Amino acid sequence: MRLEVTRRAAPSKAMAFLSPVIAIALTVFAGLLIFAAAGLDPLRAVHLYFVSPFTSLYSLQEVLVKASPLVLIGVGLSLCFRANVWNIGAEGQYTLGAVCGGGVALAIGEGSPFLVLPCVIAAGILGGLAWAAIPALLKTVFRANEILTSLMLTYVALYLLDYLVRGPWRDPMGFNFPQSALFEPAATLPVLTSDGRLHLGVAFAVLAVAIAAVALPATLRGFSIRVAGSAPKAARFAGFSQSGTVLFVFLTSGALAGLAGVAEVTGTLQQLLPEISPGYGFTAIIVAFLGRLNPVGILFAGVVLSASYIGGEVAQLRLGLPVEVAMVFQGILLFFLLACDSLIHHRIAFRRAAPRTEARHVG
Amino acid sequence: MWAEAIILTVITAATPLALAALGELVTERSGVLNLGVEGMMAVGAVTAFAVAVTTGSGAAGILAGAMAGAALSLIFAFLTITLATNQVATGLALTLFGLGISGVIGDGFVGISRPPLPQLEIPGLSDLPLVGRILFRQDAMVYLSIALTAGVWWFLSRSRQGLKLRAVGDSHASAHALGLNVMLTRYLAVMFGGACAGLGGAYLSLAYTPMWIDDMTAGRGWIALALVVFATWMPWRLLAGAYLFGAITILQFHAQGAGIGLPSQLMSSLPYLATIVALVLISGRGRLALRHTPLSLGKSFVPER
Repeated sequence: MRLEVTRRAAPSKAMAFLSPVIAIALTVFAGLLIFAAAGLDPLRAVHLYFVSPFTSLYSLQEVLVKASPLVLIGVGLSLCFRANVWNIGAEGQYTLGAVCGGGVALAIGEGSPFLVLPCVIAAGILGGLAWAAIPALLKTVFRANEILTSLMLTYVALYLLDYLVRGPWRDPMGFNFPQSALFEPAATLPVLTSDGRLHLGVAFAVLAVAIAAVALPATLRGFSIRVAGSAPKAARFAGFSQSGTVLFVFLTSGALAGLAGVAEVTGTLQQLLPEISPGYGFTAIIVAFLGRLNPVGILFAGVVLSASYIGGEVAQLRLGLPVEVAMVFQGILLFFLLACDSLIHHRIAFRRAAPRTEARHVG
Repeated sequence: MWAEAIILTVITAATPLALAALGELVTERSGVLNLGVEGMMAVGAVTAFAVAVTTGSGAAGILAGAMAGAALSLIFAFLTITLATNQVATGLALTLFGLGISGVIGDGFVGISRPPLPQLEIPGLSDLPLVGRILFRQDAMVYLSIALTAGVWWFLSRSRQGLKLRAVGDSHASAHALGLNVMLTRYLAVMFGGACAGLGGAYLSLAYTPMWIDDMTAGRGWIALALVVFATWMPWRLLAGAYLFGAITILQFHAQGAGIGLPSQLMSSLPYLATIVALVLISGRGRLALRHTPLSLGKSFVPER
């Protein structure tokens, strides 16, 4: 038996739609095997991991809270990936959003929420945008590889946050813990439900999806982004500026990641800490692909991957599994997704080995 | 002898970078961009440490690290070469998967330490003044990294198989038409890259800091990737680049020792900032940077049947 891959004449529409569903099913199946191999009751473990996050109102709220940054960042990254621009430093842009927004929140202190909050959020957006502008400019001016520069800047951003919360921004009343003071109420995002932690950040995510869903197919900018990725030569003939597209998608995704960062610290955490993300910026890459680089798809994909964080926490508490299991499943999901996506453009056939070996078998 | 101490630490910081980057250089020369170096290094590090602790043998650990890296790269090879998936996305998946699985394996090994790899002594030479300790009293993997550089240089520029590998990397369609086995060449090149990344990881957990810490690769896999670009895909230049980056990495420890009052986080950021500067310097000089760039780099190959 040999595996032969051939190119399809036209991409398969059915596979483009089915691929994420099959990939999720295969990941759950892989989960059964892994849990069984680890000596756990596989059905209970899979239930805890993949189903339990959706079964209570409280954990469902948690799913939405964690899905918001994933969706915000994922929508921005989908623009980049459509234009064939590989921004993988969203984690750093998210961090800078949190640092700039949090810095303004600490500096202003008390005031009218109608004045303070918009300033804080704008600072967060600008922080993410500025951090994304560095790899964007290095790419357009010096042709430096954006994958590497944006990723390197993520490490720098994490060290910057670490320095600030351990040094100049450390809470003087905080018993020497590495954390900032709590933000004043005027600088925190309003809560949407009385009992939970659901805050306005969820609305930002939905709004970003709505704007992208309307603007991407309807505007010239949306068209130029799609052409830049799928037919770069055609984009040049059409007179779309290559650098313009790179800058636009980078800055937009940076701004959205910054918004996600500032929403997380003013909504969920309400202060700056050395660790403010379980890797949202990297997981959002999977969210973007799983959602087919489509805004509405990303909304669903964000919920799925957010549940994998919650499931990971539950599994850690109830089964004693290390937290990194969540990352393993995310990696496996992306592997399966990419393999299934291959079937959109390719046909895979299993053929018998060459006839020569058969002849030998008969003789 | 502070100069000697500095040079010795530069060598230990440079060796894991050189090992991982050499492997990636061969992979990329065959036309495949594997962004999973960080993940393969992490798995190499944890496997090497786990095997060395359980068997008590450093050599077994090194071998296991290389094999773990190669095994992980096989997933990447199957997806990108056989199924023709996007190489950038698949490499990112490999990094996430590798970092995750290294944390899971390493869960039971946190807090254990073992003595670092022994230094090989050459009677007489090791005690020479000035250069004795630096040249003739290193652990085996330091010599391995230099031998590997020479080997990769010879293979790529002097051997027939190396010429074929470069042909596959520069134009897979023409290489296929000439009857070269594009798929097999790339599978082997990717697995060599995986084994080298595993070795680089093994050096981290067996010699550099002989213990297992979560995220102990700390972006070195990504710096290795940048080194390949910085070296314009040339092995000796890559080794020199690794030593340069090794020097920048250890600057933070010596700056603290010398009482320089800069925040430690700024010093820790230096290798990443230096990587960006290096990329900008080399990429801005278009023709020099592109001279040895494999022309099929990152492109999938599906043969016409």
